[in-house]
Amino acid sequence: MSAETHSGHVAHDDHGMAHGEITLSGYLTGFFLSVVLTAVPFYLVMSGVLGDKQVTALVVMAFAAVQIVVHMIYFLHMNTTSEGGWTMMALIFTVVMVVIAMTGSLWVMHHLNINMMPTHEMGRMQ
Amino acid sequence: MFNNPDLLKFIFGRLTLDSLPLHEPIILGTFAVVAMGGVAVFGAITYFRLWSYLWREWFTTVDHKRIGIMYMILGIVMLLRGFADALMMRMQQAIAFNGSEGFLPAHHYDQVFTAHGVIMIFFVAMPLVTGLMNYVVPLQIGARDVSFPFLNNFSFWMTTAGAVLVMMSLFVGEFARTGWLAYPPLSNLGYSPDAGVDYYIWALQVAGVGTLLSGVNLICTIVKLRAPGMTMMRMPVFTWTALCTNVLIVASFPVLTAVLALLSLDRYVGTDFFTNDFGGNPMMYVNLIWIWGHPEVYILILPAFGIFSEVTSTFSGKRLFGYTSMVYATVVITILSYLVWLHHFFTMGSGASVNSFFGITTMIISIPTGAKMFNWLFTMYRGRIRFELPMMWTMAFMLTFVIGGMTGVLLAVPPADFVLHNSLFLVAHFHNVIIGGVVFGIFAGIAYWFPKAFGFRLDPFWGKLSFWFWVVGFYFAFMPLYVLGLMGVTRRLRVFDDPSLQIWFVIAAVGALMVFLGIVCFLVQIAVSVLRREQLRDVTGDPWNARTLEWATSSPPPDYNFAFTPVVHDSDAWWDMKHRGYSRPLTGFKPIHMPSNTGTGVILAGLSTAFAVGMIWYMWWLAGLSFIALIAVAIGHTFNYHRDFHIPADTVVREENARTRLLGAGAKP
Amino acid sequence: MSINVNPAQASTAQPIFYVLDEHDHAEGGSTMLGFWIYLMSDCLIFAILFATYGVLGSNYAAGPAPKDLFDLPLVAVNTSMLLLSSITYGFAMLSMERSRIAATQVWLAITGLFGLAFVGIELSEFRHMIHEGATPQRSAFLSSFFTLVGTHGLHVSFGLVWLTTLMVQVWRFGLIEANKRRLMCLSMFWHFLDVVWIGVFTFVYLLGMLR
Repeated sequence: MSAETHSGHVAHDDHGMAHGEITLSGYLTGFFLSVVLTAVPFYLVMSGVLGDKQVTALVVMAFAAVQIVVHMIYFLHMNTTSEGGWTMMALIFTVVMVVIAMTGSLWVMHHLNINMMPTHEMGRMQ
Repeated sequence: MFNNPDLLKFIFGRLTLDSLPLHEPIILGTFAVVAMGGVAVFGAITYFRLWSYLWREWFTTVDHKRIGIMYMILGIVMLLRGFADALMMRMQQAIAFNGSEGFLPAHHYDQVFTAHGVIMIFFVAMPLVTGLMNYVVPLQIGARDVSFPFLNNFSFWMTTAGAVLVMMSLFVGEFARTGWLAYPPLSNLGYSPDAGVDYYIWALQVAGVGTLLSGVNLICTIVKLRAPGMTMMRMPVFTWTALCTNVLIVASFPVLTAVLALLSLDRYVGTDFFTNDFGGNPMMYVNLIWIWGHPEVYILILPAFGIFSEVTSTFSGKRLFGYTSMVYATVVITILSYLVWLHHFFTMGSGASVNSFFGITTMIISIPTGAKMFNWLFTMYRGRIRFELPMMWTMAFMLTFVIGGMTGVLLAVPPADFVLHNSLFLVAHFHNVIIGGVVFGIFAGIAYWFPKAFGFRLDPFWGKLSFWFWVVGFYFAFMPLYVLGLMGVTRRLRVFDDPSLQIWFVIAAVGALMVFLGIVCFLVQIAVSVLRREQLRDVTGDPWNARTLEWATSSPPPDYNFAFTPVVHDSDAWWDMKHRGYSRPLTGFKPIHMPSNTGTGVILAGLSTAFAVGMIWYMWWLAGLSFIALIAVAIGHTFNYHRDFHIPADTVVREENARTRLLGAGAKP
Repeated sequence: MSINVNPAQASTAQPIFYVLDEHDHAEGGSTMLGFWIYLMSDCLIFAILFATYGVLGSNYAAGPAPKDLFDLPLVAVNTSMLLLSSITYGFAMLSMERSRIAATQVWLAITGLFGLAFVGIELSEFRHMIHEGATPQRSAFLSSFFTLVGTHGLHVSFGLVWLTTLMVQVWRFGLIEANKRRLMCLSMFWHFLDVVWIGVFTFVYLLGMLR
C-alpha cells in the first residue's frame, strides 16, 4: 500500500529544505571553487598567456561550464532526489531548450548571413 | 487650462481627440452596439444587485472551478469579437472585385486581419484551453484546488486585462496593422508610428504574465497534488496533455516576452535590434518569435488531443487503446515542437542545409500525431460507440485534422513551401488544423464537461445543429482557400484584379456565414439548456458513464471537490471504482482546509492595465504611478499570512447529505 | 507517508478508494518546485538575450567594439561582489537553519550591501560608456549588450527590493515557516542570478575581449 501511495502526495516529508542538505563546508567548498574558476579565466584573458585566442576562448568557456555546475551543486543544492527528481528534470529540460534556442538561432542566422549579399559588394553595385 | 498644450501633452501623452475614430461609421456603429450592450449588462447587474455577489463569489474567487468557468466565458465573448473580424474579411474579399474597393478601407482592413489573428490565438483559444485545464485537471487528479490558488485568480485577471487592452484599441486609437506577429521593420516606429503596435505589445505582455503563471501553477498541481496511488502512468490522458502543454507554456512564453521586450526597446528607446541599419537584423525577430510560435500551436492542440482521448474512450465504452504510446507520443511532440520553428520562414534564405533539417524535423513530428490517430481509431474499433455530441465533434476532428495534417506535411517540403509561402493555401492549412483540431476539441470538451460544471447537460438538438453548421461551414469556408492558394493568391489581400477568382471567395464567404450560424446555435444551445435545465438535470454526477475521477464527485462539485481524497488503483480510476464495488462514504467528515478569496488579483491586473495604457499613450505619469502602485500592492499582499480557512465539518456533512438525497432521488424512477 | 486505513474496510479485503483520515497538507508544499520552474522560465528569457547578443553582438556599425569599452579589472571587481554576496547569503541560510534571527538579518544585510555595490558598479560602468557615446542606440552590439547586462542588473535590483521586504518580514514575524520558505526562494533566485552572471562575464566580457 505504502509503495503504491508514495508517488502521489509527497508534500509532507520535504517541507524544510527542498533542495537537499545545506552545510557550511558545502558553501565554503563552492565559494573556493568558484573563486578559482572565476580568477583563472580572467587571468588567461587579461594576460593572454595561452597565445592563441581560439584556445583561450575554448578554455574560458570550459571553465564557465564547470563553474555553472559548481554553483548548481553547492549553492543551488541541486541533486537528483529533491522534489522527487522534478527539479533536476526541469533543469535538464531547460538546458536542452536553452541549447536548442541558442545554437539554433546562431546556426540559422549564420547561414542567413552567409547567403546574404556581402555588404561591400552592395556598396560596389551602387 | 485646456489651452496649454504642454499640460495637455503631459496629461494625455499622445492621446488626442483625433485618436477617437469619430469619422469611421463602422467603428462608431460597433461602438454604439457594444456600449448599449455594456450599459444593458451593467444596468441589469445593478438592478438585480449582483455586484457584491459577483465580487465576493466570482471576481475574487480562488476556486479553480469558478476561475475555469470565467476563462471559458472570456474565451466565448472574445470569440464573438474575433469572428466578427473574420466575417468582415470574408465579406470584403468576396466583393472587392472588378474595381470595387469593398467596404473596408486599407488601414481598417489591416487592423481587422491583425486583430483577428491575435484575438483568436491569445484571447479565444488560450483562455478556452486554459479554462478547460483549470476546471478539469484538479478534479481528474483528485485534488481540492491548484497548487497556487491566488496566482490562478491573478493569472485569469491578467489574461482579461490583455483582452481589455485589445478591445480598447477598437475605440481608442487603433490596433496594429502588421499581421498577427508584427514583423519588423513594419512594426518598428518608423513604419508604424501610431499606438497600434504598442497596443499589440502590451496586450500580449500583460496577458503573457498570466499565461506563464498559470502554466507554472498547473505543472505544480499535476506534479504535487495527485491523489495517492496516481502514478504518472495512471494519470488520465487529458492530465498528461495538460502537463505537456503547460511545460510548453513555461518553456516558450518567456521567449515571446523577451522578443516583444526587444521590439518595445526598439520602439521606445531607439535601440537597433530589428532595424535595417546600425547592425540590426529584422530576421532575428522572425527567428525568435517562431521559437515561441511553433510550440504555441502545440500548446493549443495537445489539450484538444487529451479531450478527444477522454471522449473516445468514454463514448466507446472501452479503455483507451495504447495508453502508453499515447503518453509517449505526447511527450515526443512536446520536445519535437521545439525543433521545427524554421518551417515558418523557409523562404528567409538560410539555405539548403538549414531548410532541409527543419523540413525533416517537421515531417517527423507528424509521426507521433499519426500514432495518436490510430490509437483513437483502435479505441473505437469494436467499441459500443454512443454518438453523443462530444463524440460527434471527435469524429469530425479525426476527418478534418487528417486533411490539415497532410497539407501541413506538404508545406513541410521546402521547395513546395517556396511556392505556397504566405499564400491562402497556408491560411487554409492552419485554419484546418486549428478549427478542425483545437476548436472542435474545445466544443467536444464543453459538451463533455458542461454537465459536470453546471449539473445539467447541454441541449442535444441545438448542439447538433451547431455541430453541422460548424463542420459544413468550415469545409465551405476553407476548401476554396486551398484552391486559391494553389492558384497563387497570397494572404491579407484587400482587393483583387482577376474576376475568375471571385466565385471561390463567395463560396468561402457562404461558409463563414454557416459557421456564424453555428456560433449562434451554440449560444442558443446554452440558453435553451438553461431554460430546460430540469429536464436535462444530471443527479448522478456521472451522466456519460465515464471513466476518470472528475465524475466521482457531484455535478457541480462542492467547493472542496472531494469530501475524502480518492485513492487510485487504475488509470481509469472512476471506472475501476464503479466496477469494484466502491461505496460512497457517508460518515466521518472532517473540516476541510481551503484557500480564502482575495481581491488582490483584480487590483494587480487593473494596475497592470493602467500601466499598459500609460505606456501605450506615452502618459508617463500614469505608467510610473501605476508601476509603483503595482509593486506596492504586490509587496503588501505578501504581508498577509492568513490566506486560508477551514470549511467546517457541518457544512461538509450538509453538502454530502444533500448529494445522498439527490442520488437517492435519481435512483428511484 | 502512510495512509491510515479504516480497519473495518481493510478487513474485508475491499480495495480502499478514499483516504479517510487525512492530515492537512503542509502549506506551501509546492512553492519551492513552483519557484524553481519559474526560474527555469526566467532562464529562457536570458537564453534569448544571449542568443540575440550572439547573433547581433559583432555588428558594431562602425561604432565602438568590446575592446574599446570593456574594463576587465572593473568586471572582475563586480564579479567578486556577486560571488561574495552569494556566500554571505549562504551564511544567512545557515543561520536561518539554526533559527538565529539576528545573525540571519546581519548576513542578509551584508548580502544586500554587496548586491547594492554590484548594481552601483554596473551603473557607473554604463554611465561611463554612455558618456563616451557608446549608447544603446549606437549599434546592434550595444543594444544587445545593454539589454543583456541590464536585464541581469534589473533582476539583481528586484532581488534587493525583495531582500529588503523579507528582512522587514523576518523582523516583524520572526523566522516562521512561511518566512523560511520565502528566504529559500530568494536564495534560489540570488544564486540563479549568479549562474547567469557566469554566462555574462564569460560570453560578453571575456570572449568580447578576445575578439
